[in-house]
Amino acid sequence: MDFEPDSEQQMLIDQVRRYVREEIIPLEAKLDPDASELDPADHARLVEKTKAMGLFGIDIPKEFGGPDIDIVTRVLLAIEMAQHRAGLYVPCYGTFGGAGLAQIFEANEDQKQRYLYPTLRGEKKPFFGLTEPSGGSDPARAIQTRAERKDNGWVLNGAKIFISGADRAQYGIVFARTDASKGRGGITCFLIDAETPGFHVRRVVHTLRSSSYATELEFKDCWVSDHQVLGEVNKGFAVANDRLTRQRIPYAAGCIGVAIAAHEMAIEWAKMRSTFGEKLANRQAVQWMLVDNEIDIRSARHFTLEAAEKARRGLPFRTEAAIAKLIASEGGGRVVDRSMQIHGGMGMTKDLPLERWYREMRIRRVGEGPSEVQRMVIAREILGSNLR
Amino acid sequence: MSIRLRLDKPWRPLSAAEAARLPGQLGVYQVADATGAIVYIGQAGGRSPFGLRSELQREFKERGPGHQFRVEVNMQYRTRWFELLMVHQADHGSLPSDNAKNPPPSLGRLSPA
Repeated sequence: MDFEPDSEQQMLIDQVRRYVREEIIPLEAKLDPDASELDPADHARLVEKTKAMGLFGIDIPKEFGGPDIDIVTRVLLAIEMAQHRAGLYVPCYGTFGGAGLAQIFEANEDQKQRYLYPTLRGEKKPFFGLTEPSGGSDPARAIQTRAERKDNGWVLNGAKIFISGADRAQYGIVFARTDASKGRGGITCFLIDAETPGFHVRRVVHTLRSSSYATELEFKDCWVSDHQVLGEVNKGFAVANDRLTRQRIPYAAGCIGVAIAAHEMAIEWAKMRSTFGEKLANRQAVQWMLVDNEIDIRSARHFTLEAAEKARRGLPFRTEAAIAKLIASEGGGRVVDRSMQIHGGMGMTKDLPLERWYREMRIRRVGEGPSEVQRMVIAREILGSNLR
Repeated sequence: MSIRLRLDKPWRPLSAAEAARLPGQLGVYQVADATGAIVYIGQAGGRSPFGLRSELQREFKERGPGHQFRVEVNMQYRTRWFELLMVHQADHGSLPSDNAKNPPPSLGRLSPA
């Protein structure tokens, strides 16, 4: 497959690259190195700019008002959008907008009125509540939050952890066990308003990540009506699984973007910095690190675009998405690590973005399914799903 | 595992000498008035030249005597700062008076147990 961008894609890439370099990076230079939000006035001004570019909400389907941009092009643009200090978790500080959660496109009309359209208008923000203290990699078995029938509705009891944005969201998509006798066939997906009695955001979970911190949630006799069931009762696992698979492609793209930015910094530094009378770039040890960076980046780019191309064609892409996520998160981490090594002491400081990327990139080997789960997904494909 | 949401270190008088003794590390801090009411929750971030020391020296310079403070060294100063603000809001129904004058753009809400 040829993954070189066509002329239209290249034009969009150039446009986004200019935007990142001319609009985002200069503003970012004035922020705290761990900041994840722009001044509201700057944010509003830049949103107008991305709307004028025709790129606002690029993951929103065309029928809901999004631009008609295919997933391969979206990956190419996501790689560009991540190339700044906060870019891994808040690419361009959210100025390109977005749907937030693809699942609500599958909601019924009443739910679309209450959740999807306000979200698309920027009036509501959602969170995705899947992972629990009992585990996140195996949601079919780990979900212990229970939803029991009561008064034409459901009562939820349980806890969630590592949930991004729940403290600022107006509603969330929450998975709970509705049939304890079935594994993946006993999970239901609910839309939970943040104001619902019994829903609590208990604390911030501090991690290596500077942006979009995670939270811990508690559901204590939290009653919701039948109208809050998203999809069908006991069929929530498919909703979660679909999201996890789809999310792996843009997740990989973000890793590639940061890896490219780190690599470019390392190249520039190696050409400029001298030690013992010789430029770093002339030393084989440094050259080989840069070569390994290049190979990691090209590999990740190839496999991520391959997954996106399969998704674009409507072909199964679960294995390809797992490969992309695995290679991009592991390779991206290596690239940032080598780039820090080339920078020496400066690479460890908050003066440069490398230390933030190093911390945040480490999470990528665990978030959205750890490397080991991606390998399990790939192993099932090559060995057959009935082998253990 | 016990998780401390609230700062519970002893208060120290805000003075030039006390501020000068602080480490140059990153972290968060609270400033209270003479009655013990928290008036400001701040952070010593990656652009503070001498971390907590610079921030509390600046606080003393701006506020003068009659205040007290406490600090927490924390590399995750940013998320800890948001957490302290949200916990204060949950406990008291509002932000500390000096934070309320210039609140962070999108502060969430917590209902700590």
